Amino acid sequence: MNATKTFIYDGSFNGFLTAIFVAFDEKTRVADIQKNTASQSGLFSETESIFTQMDKAQRVWNGIDKKSHTAIKDIYFAFLSETKGVEMLLYSYIRKMFTTTTSISSDYSDGTVLKISQLARSVGREKHRMEAFVRFQLTKDDICFSNIEPDFDVIPLITKHFRSRYADQQWLIYDVKRKYGIFYDLNQVEIITLDLDTAYTNSLNKSVHFGEEEYNYQDLWNNYFKSTNIKSRINLKLHKQHVPKRYWKYLSEKKAV
Amino acid sequence: MSLSFDRIKEKLNILADAAKYDVSCSSSGSVRKNNSDGLGDSSGMGICHSYTEDGRCVSLLKILLTNHCIFDCAYCVTRKSNDLQRAAFKIQEVVDLTINFYRRNYIEGLFLSSGIFKSPDYTMERLVMVAKKLRLVENFNGYIHLKSIPGASDELMREAGLYADRLSVNIEVPTISGLKLLAPDKKHEDFTKPMLKVKNEIIQYKSEKKIIKSTPKYAPAGQSTQMIVGATGESDKDIMYSATHYYKNYNMKRVYYSGYVPVAEDSRLPAIGTQVPMLRENRLYQTDWLLRFYGFGVQEILNNDHPNLDMDVDPKLGWALRNMQYFPVDINKADKSVLARIPGLGMKSVHKIISARRYRKLNWEHLKKIGVALNRAKYFIICDSNSWEHKDIEGTKIKGLILQNSVGKFRKEYSNQLQLFS
Repeated sequence: MNATKTFIYDGSFNGFLTAIFVAFDEKTRVADIQKNTASQSGLFSETESIFTQMDKAQRVWNGIDKKSHTAIKDIYFAFLSETKGVEMLLYSYIRKMFTTTTSISSDYSDGTVLKISQLARSVGREKHRMEAFVRFQLTKDDICFSNIEPDFDVIPLITKHFRSRYADQQWLIYDVKRKYGIFYDLNQVEIITLDLDTAYTNSLNKSVHFGEEEYNYQDLWNNYFKSTNIKSRINLKLHKQHVPKRYWKYLSEKKAV
Repeated sequence: MSLSFDRIKEKLNILADAAKYDVSCSSSGSVRKNNSDGLGDSSGMGICHSYTEDGRCVSLLKILLTNHCIFDCAYCVTRKSNDLQRAAFKIQEVVDLTINFYRRNYIEGLFLSSGIFKSPDYTMERLVMVAKKLRLVENFNGYIHLKSIPGASDELMREAGLYADRLSVNIEVPTISGLKLLAPDKKHEDFTKPMLKVKNEIIQYKSEKKIIKSTPKYAPAGQSTQMIVGATGESDKDIMYSATHYYKNYNMKRVYYSGYVPVAEDSRLPAIGTQVPMLRENRLYQTDWLLRFYGFGVQEILNNDHPNLDMDVDPKLGWALRNMQYFPVDINKADKSVLARIPGLGMKSVHKIISARRYRKLNWEHLKKIGVALNRAKYFIICDSNSWEHKDIEGTKIKGLILQNSVGKFRKEYSNQLQLFS
């Protein structure tokens, strides 16, 4: 019998799928699947480094997708939640998928399935929120720039939305927490890493990178936001529920000026 | 530059302030693909970009073209006799604001309404010009909702629908007698005629579309309307029967209910400072939802024996408590339509139950995990467990138990309202 192993992968989704491939292919008894940035060796298992291989990842992706389209979406979304231990949860979900003949993605009375679908839902919710709460600021060299700081790694999920919506302007959405962003140059969207010395949030002081007109529009929006409030119906609890406080510093209508 | 911004800011403050009593904020239901590498794309699902401090969604730039008005409707803040600052946007100013807000991802589009200056047609023509310019000059594919001006001509209504995603006329007061009282200058037909035109145009568009694929879209998100609640003494039955009438006869996509916010010192109306009937408004929306998505008939919920909705419990629970003969329902066997009538079960839970019970019989634990509000549902269901909470308790007793164990979001306000009358 094989000894138990801990897989160490590069943290990418394709890396994770490669690990799944290896686990199935070599019939490994998996003790854990860990990111190389956060690995902790187990006492009783040996470790194996997984090198991301696109063809293997693709085969796992296709295999799952063929069984259930809902499942592949839930798996990808749940993975992006970056929740501690999500890899093993997903591994057990995928194993379950391949050992039953029926689709399991809607078996909500199963603990693992429910947990994955809940994680996927949380990530889906934040994807939707980021589509709503991105606030572009127009730089002097005509790029619409936005900082975000989502709880989950949702940039891969929002690219398409912004690509089809803002096809005629250059834009850049930068995740402050994960230090990478997406840039659209009127032709295609690229993933870029930047080391910004300052986060150009909407709540900080004015920056020289943005023109006067930009601040005029922020000011108009801020004013609009205030004028459209009905004072006799005020409900701050509901307001905060819809617009969680952690997002406020990036919202031009919530800036404290 | 900064000078004109100051002027725009002033106008925006005035004309957003006056438009805010329109409660519609929807930006969904219209698919307008960005095929031309232009600006904007409507996927059919709306996005709320922000929420006001009163908790309402902000998805559209909602403004009036002008708050000048030749009419004097008592419930309206822009009525002729109201002494307030007046302003009017130029067409290009509305276009620029919309585009610049959209480019910064503040909004999904524009909701343009207006006070009536000169004549209904003169005003409507300007609203249409804004939409036309956005579509044809700016290549804008975001959402546009135009408010039809009561009394506007058929020709203009036709043109409006070619550029707007949604059209609406607010009927404002749910009963004809109430309208006579509060808006003596307006006739009931002024509201229904443009609605009828839009309805017929949509029907025609749909039949032409079947034959000629390239038929230009006509108001793809349909039409909606709004009524003010609590300005005149109408009952919930009056309101919901009226809503049902508009859903049925004018193919409304949505009817909105707006709790009257006192904006005028007028003997015909509740005094300034009177509390906005938010709980009642909420109950009406819940009822509207039951009618559109849960298979209820309006007469089941409101009738001569029961002309007003319960304030202390939601309308589905209220209906169930008056109709205990339909319960308990077996979660593992009942049809979708029967499950939909169980208090504490939303449509999402219903679908989950139907999916999950294919694998095994569901018990209390499963239902709880799925997200069923068991504090309400448990009195009305049986599942794969021996214990049954119902045990032939009567409706009034169940109501007491549920209220005792729940902290509804309106509990506080509800008790405030009670004090008013005690």
